[in-house]
Amino acid sequence: MIKSATPIVEIRHLSKTYIRGDYKIPVLEDITFDVMAGEFLALMGPSGSGKSTLLNLIAGIDHADSGQIIIGGDHITSFSETQLSLWRANHVGFIFQFYNLIPVLTALENVELPLHLTDLSRKERREHAAIALSLVNLKNRMDHYPGQLSGGEQQRVAIARAVVTDPTILVADEPTGDLDLASAEDILSLMEQLNLQSGMTIIMVTHDPRAAEKAKVLRHLEKGVLSHAHFQNPY
Amino acid sequence: MMVPFSYSFRNLWTRRLTTILTIFGMALVVCVFASILMLAEGLQKTLVQTGSDDNVIVIRKGSGTEVQSGVERQQASIIETMPEIAIGMDGKKRVAKEIVVLISIPKRKTGKPSNVVIRGIQGPSISLRPQVKLIAGRLPRTGLSEVMVGLSLTDKFKGIELNQKICCGLRNWMIVGIFDAGNTGFNSEIWGDVDQLMQAFRRPVYSSVIFQLSNPSMFQEVKLRIANDPRLSLEAKRETQYYLEQSEMMAKFLRILGLSLTIIFSIGATIGAMITMYAAVANRTAEIGTLRALGFQRKAVLVSFLTESLLLGFLGGCTGLFFASFMQFFTVSTVNFQTFSELAFRFNLTVKTVYSAFIFSILMGFIGGIIPAIQASRMTIVDALRAV
Repeated sequence: MIKSATPIVEIRHLSKTYIRGDYKIPVLEDITFDVMAGEFLALMGPSGSGKSTLLNLIAGIDHADSGQIIIGGDHITSFSETQLSLWRANHVGFIFQFYNLIPVLTALENVELPLHLTDLSRKERREHAAIALSLVNLKNRMDHYPGQLSGGEQQRVAIARAVVTDPTILVADEPTGDLDLASAEDILSLMEQLNLQSGMTIIMVTHDPRAAEKAKVLRHLEKGVLSHAHFQNPY
Repeated sequence: MMVPFSYSFRNLWTRRLTTILTIFGMALVVCVFASILMLAEGLQKTLVQTGSDDNVIVIRKGSGTEVQSGVERQQASIIETMPEIAIGMDGKKRVAKEIVVLISIPKRKTGKPSNVVIRGIQGPSISLRPQVKLIAGRLPRTGLSEVMVGLSLTDKFKGIELNQKICCGLRNWMIVGIFDAGNTGFNSEIWGDVDQLMQAFRRPVYSSVIFQLSNPSMFQEVKLRIANDPRLSLEAKRETQYYLEQSEMMAKFLRILGLSLTIIFSIGATIGAMITMYAAVANRTAEIGTLRALGFQRKAVLVSFLTESLLLGFLGGCTGLFFASFMQFFTVSTVNFQTFSELAFRFNLTVKTVYSAFIFSILMGFIGGIIPAIQASRMTIVDALRAV
């Protein structure tokens, strides 16, 4: 884990426009900012402000129209699709609003899934996945299927899946959006713990002010324009 | 790197009802496909087993079958003198001059008449066919209007029973024996004394001459000598080759019929598999997005969905073959187009049929699955993830 004052994510003049029929809808306009290694950044903004688009671009699952994204020294905007897939497998951990676990795989197998893209042996994969599950206090539920787990537990499995490859950045899109208050608090504490104890760089999109409070840095995005960083919980 | 196989397998298991219905649809087609191949194989096996590789059959040039052939007595005598003919324990040459005539007998079930081969035989005829075993009664005596009948005829034709008489060639022929020739064409024939049958049917010529070679490797030499002898307008064939040729037209017809039918049926089954796979892709769009986001490449998603479809095809093939294998217990009787006579034979399941059925079923799975799999692999990650 990189933890220093050097930027791990560098965004330069990033723009993205969606085309819907004859209409061009600009979503992001000339966005430039950095995310420092070990930072916990919350991106807030109203619906349609472009925060999820920005997150998708940083995670390498969408393509920008112009500008550059440099993550850990990799210019991902110049990557081919195959290179991006490999890069995501090694450098990005995803946490989705609706957990996005594979329903036919057990908790352990879900966590093991990204490790299939590594050179680890089956035994090593299982060991790594079990450790990740114990980090989120779900070692006793590893043989359960997602349908047998509560929403909060499913999201914890998703977090275990996101961190099992020890990624460069963790991207979370409304991680508490589908959870009750208690489970949401639980998940946010876990993310905070990952950031503080492991120095994991986290970029989180959220509508929830309580979730945003946990982040160290808060930025607002409105009509495609990003606000200055607001340091709410200094290191 | 590929998506784990357990993902494909468990998704099929999760959608059990759809999976079973799709497999069942494919199994039906594979069952029909395999059954028709088994029918063609059964026919071919029965006719090929009828002959022996050591035996040579001599018929008129260009006649194709014994029924159309005519071998004059003088020509038959020339054949009998050939030195390559094996000599039996009794010191006599292992050669038989035979006549083949078609007679019409009503079928037991329908009462409709059908052609049956009646073969005029000589003493060595039986020893030349060791597969022929007398199982009831006795052999027909020379000089008498007596016959013995193949086992397959007894339950398929009216009046074909021991000590019953059949009327043909203006005579009544007493059935004095029943023989079992196993799974061969002889099992559907009636055998009697050649001279009595020639008189009764007013035939001045034999249909064929059968002999055993003292050394089977001499066949080419014998064949050439017969073909080049200006006194003989005859041709010699190995008995196995002769019967193989007899089965070719019918087997080809069955295969073409079977293939045409199964191609039509397979379109339905393939569309069924395609609908199943399209539904799978539609229901799992978010999963596809997740897999792609985690780093699995397009081809990994394509292979994963195609694997499911191929599994459907494989399981359809297994099920279809399982049901088709029961056909081996059935014997069917039909008219062989080449001899115009009734022939009873069993469905025969061969390794080739199993192989062909699996290729066919997996091909159905592939065609049914490839387009949905391509669709799944072409989804953009962001759009797929929005489908939650």
